[in-house]
Amino acid sequence: MKTYRWNPYLVGALIGVLSILTFSLVDKPIGMSTGIAQASGACALPVLGSAGVAANTYWAKKAVPAWDYGSLFVLGTLFGAFVSAVVSGSFKLESVPSVWRERFGPSVIKRMAAAFLGGVVIIFGARLADGCTSGHGISGSLQLAVSSWTFFIVMFATGAVTAFILFRHRPQS
Amino acid sequence: MNSILSFITGPNLLWAGLAFGFLFGVLLHSGGVADYNVIVKQFLFRDFTVLKVMFTAIVVGGVGIFILHGQGLVNFHIKPAAMLAVVSGAALFGIGMVIYGYCPGTGVAAIAAGKLDALVGFLGMLAGAALYAFSYDWIAANILPVGDLGKKRLPQLATLPEWVWYAGLVVMAGVVFAVVARVEKKSAPSTLSKEP
Repeated sequence: MKTYRWNPYLVGALIGVLSILTFSLVDKPIGMSTGIAQASGACALPVLGSAGVAANTYWAKKAVPAWDYGSLFVLGTLFGAFVSAVVSGSFKLESVPSVWRERFGPSVIKRMAAAFLGGVVIIFGARLADGCTSGHGISGSLQLAVSSWTFFIVMFATGAVTAFILFRHRPQS
Repeated sequence: MNSILSFITGPNLLWAGLAFGFLFGVLLHSGGVADYNVIVKQFLFRDFTVLKVMFTAIVVGGVGIFILHGQGLVNFHIKPAAMLAVVSGAALFGIGMVIYGYCPGTGVAAIAAGKLDALVGFLGMLAGAALYAFSYDWIAANILPVGDLGKKRLPQLATLPEWVWYAGLVVMAGVVFAVVARVEKKSAPSTLSKEP
C-alpha cells in the first residue's frame, strides 16, 4: 500500500495557521466533538420527535441539532479528508488495521465491536471534559487554558497506560 | 465580544465552517494522523507523528493568537476548568482513543479515507453522545460544579508575564522535538519501519 504523507511539522504549522484564521475571521476555535453531539441529536429526532429532543437540556442548549458553523465544520472535515484520500490515491476500504490485526487477529466482528465501544467511551469523555483532541488538545492548549493542559496530560497518560496493557505483547511472527 | 477582525457573519459563517473544516480534513489526512496504526503507535511511543503535529500546531497557533490578542484583534475562548469533569472525561477519552484507534476529528477523516472501523466507531460516538445528553442534567448538577476553577489560563496561576509562558511553550516544544528526534534515530533500524 502506498503511504502518502506530508511532513508532520509542516502539517502542524498549517493547523496552527488555520487556528489563527478561525480565531480571527470567525471568532471560533477549531473543534469537533460538539458537532458530533449535534449529529447525535439529529439522529434522535426521528426516534424522540422534535419535542422530545428539545426537552433534553443538552440538545436544547449545548449541542443543538442544526446546520451551523460547528456541524458544517465536521462535514467539511469529511469532505476534505475524502478529497485528500482520493487525490493522493490512498483511499482504500479497510476494516481491520494492521496493528490491531497483529495483536487481536483478523476478526472483523471483534474489531468493529471494539471500535463501537471505543467510540461510545471517547465521545462521552469528550463531552464530559467539554472538548476533544481538537477543542482542548489544540485550540485550548494554544490559549494556555488550564482545562486543556489538564485534559492533554491526563488523556495522554491514560491512553499510554491503556495502550501498554492492550498491546504489551509484541506481535509474534 | 466581537473582535475587530471577525467580519465573516450570517450565512457566510456556514460556508466558512465548511471551508475551514475542509482544510482541517485535508491536513489531518495528509499528515497521516487519520490512521489507526499511527495513533496507537503514538501511545506506545513507537511513532511520534501525532505529538509532532499537535505540538507544532500549538506553538504556531499559540504564538500567533497571543500576538493578535495583544493587539485586541482576537478573543480567547477558554473552556472552564471543571476539574472533576475534565480529569474524568480526559481519562475516559484516553481509554476510548486507544480502543477506537482514532479521536473524534481523525475518526471523521479516517471514514473519508475508507476505514470502515472508523465508521462503526462513529456510530458508537453518536450513541455515546446520546448517552451523555440523557445523563446531562445529573452531570450538570453533580459533576460539573466539583472543583470548578472557572475559565482559567495558566498565566493566571502564577504572576509571570504572558510572554514568559509562551517562551516556555516554545522551549518545551523544542525539547520534545529534540528528544523525539533522538529516540527515532536510535530505534530507526529496528522498530521504525515505514512500511508495515
